[in-house]
Amino acid sequence: MTTHFVVHEPGDSVGVVVVEGVKKGDKLNGWVMDGDTTIEFETLDDIPIGHKIALKDLNVGDTVIKYGTDIGKVVKPIKRGEHLHVHNVKTKRW
Amino acid sequence: MQKTFMGYRRDNGRVGIRNHVIILPLDDLSNAACEAVANNVKGTLALPHAYGRLQFGEDLDLHFRTLIGVGCNPNVAAVVVIGIEPLWTQRIVDGIAKTGKPVAGFGIEKHGDLETIRMASLKAKEFVHYATELQRTECKVNELWVSCKCGESDTTSGIAANPTVGNAFDKLWEAGATTLFGETTEITGGEHLVMERCANEKVRAQFKAFFDRYAKVVDDHKTNDLCDSQPTKGNIEGGLTTIEEKALGNIQKIGRKAPVIGCLDKAESPTGPGLWFMDSSSAAAEMVTLCAASGFVAHFFPTGQGNIIGNPILPVIKLSANPRTVRTMNEHIDVDVSGILRREMNLDQAGDKLLDMLFRTCNGRNTSAEVLGHREFIMTRLYESA
Repeated sequence: MTTHFVVHEPGDSVGVVVVEGVKKGDKLNGWVMDGDTTIEFETLDDIPIGHKIALKDLNVGDTVIKYGTDIGKVVKPIKRGEHLHVHNVKTKRW
Repeated sequence: MQKTFMGYRRDNGRVGIRNHVIILPLDDLSNAACEAVANNVKGTLALPHAYGRLQFGEDLDLHFRTLIGVGCNPNVAAVVVIGIEPLWTQRIVDGIAKTGKPVAGFGIEKHGDLETIRMASLKAKEFVHYATELQRTECKVNELWVSCKCGESDTTSGIAANPTVGNAFDKLWEAGATTLFGETTEITGGEHLVMERCANEKVRAQFKAFFDRYAKVVDDHKTNDLCDSQPTKGNIEGGLTTIEEKALGNIQKIGRKAPVIGCLDKAESPTGPGLWFMDSSSAAAEMVTLCAASGFVAHFFPTGQGNIIGNPILPVIKLSANPRTVRTMNEHIDVDVSGILRREMNLDQAGDKLLDMLFRTCNGRNTSAEVLGHREFIMTRLYESA
């Protein structure tokens, strides 16, 4: 079974797409590394390899969690299954 | 893991994996003479750089520490130093001579380029004859110094390539080797995790002082949220969104087992085995040059989008987990760990694969960066010249 995206830890808000050519509406298989479990997901956007997919709905001001740790704040609302990147998330530092 | 490799044991006891005769300029003005000598005498390597005039204070100290450190590096068999004037040139020569290796200095003033090149070429020829008769001997893993730095990272770096380095670092640490990481700004967002790993309160305070100082440099000079620099355009293209995300991927390189045993200023050398932190820029060529200056003989460089860096004297072993990078930039990648993303390979196997390439490199295999002629030698500057 192809792994389409990887999640570092079970509580993370994002997964990372690890294959090329993921298109809107694709059904994706995800691998949660910590605990070695799998999840299934449908993407709402085309997502390039290496880019992130939101695993839950997120509102402006919410903290994004990856590696079980804070990686920044939401600046535009994000729906579960959408592409999460610099257009909707910013650093809390600098 | 292998317990031994074939290296060059130097007079001061340190072990190298390369046997370079370098022609080292004290200053920018002496690059032309150094390159002329390296052209005359086959088997030598000139290390041109941009600095060395009117520096002062800590910045000048770092200049000397970097050049002397590079000359002292056990991957270097012998050194010819050329400077515009003899006194600072001699300061470099004296620093390198402490290792016991052959070193000679030449000042250009009162001679001109051509006479300097003639004298320095004759000495360089003598050094090449000396170096080429040195033999590799069996050396132990605990004599090996391995540094790391990642570049053009993406999310696959944090998932696979950087944890592969971490796995290999854990195994090297268990075998008694000396390892090093740095990239002070690229720990921003994960500094609490590094502090938890510090061996004791003293080391923790050292790390915090280096981290806070560098954070202040960013705060003092920034004109925006660094969205054009950190993460880099390449990082963002590769899917990294914030410095915090990049940092959490970055620190996967230090593995899970070794405590951070000490913190070093730029181009300072470790004083014993274990995992060390060195305050450094996160720019690849600056950081790897500092690793060479602090005495490291092999370097792990994980990349996501495909940083192509090398160093004149420090072999850079490149690994990537991004299948697109491995496909499109294959000639730059020494170790392909993209199998981790396909779940065809676990981290332990990937770490072993990287260590296998480390030992092959130690025994003489040239890295991709060496074969492709990547010799980025970039001195770190702290502030303007006087």
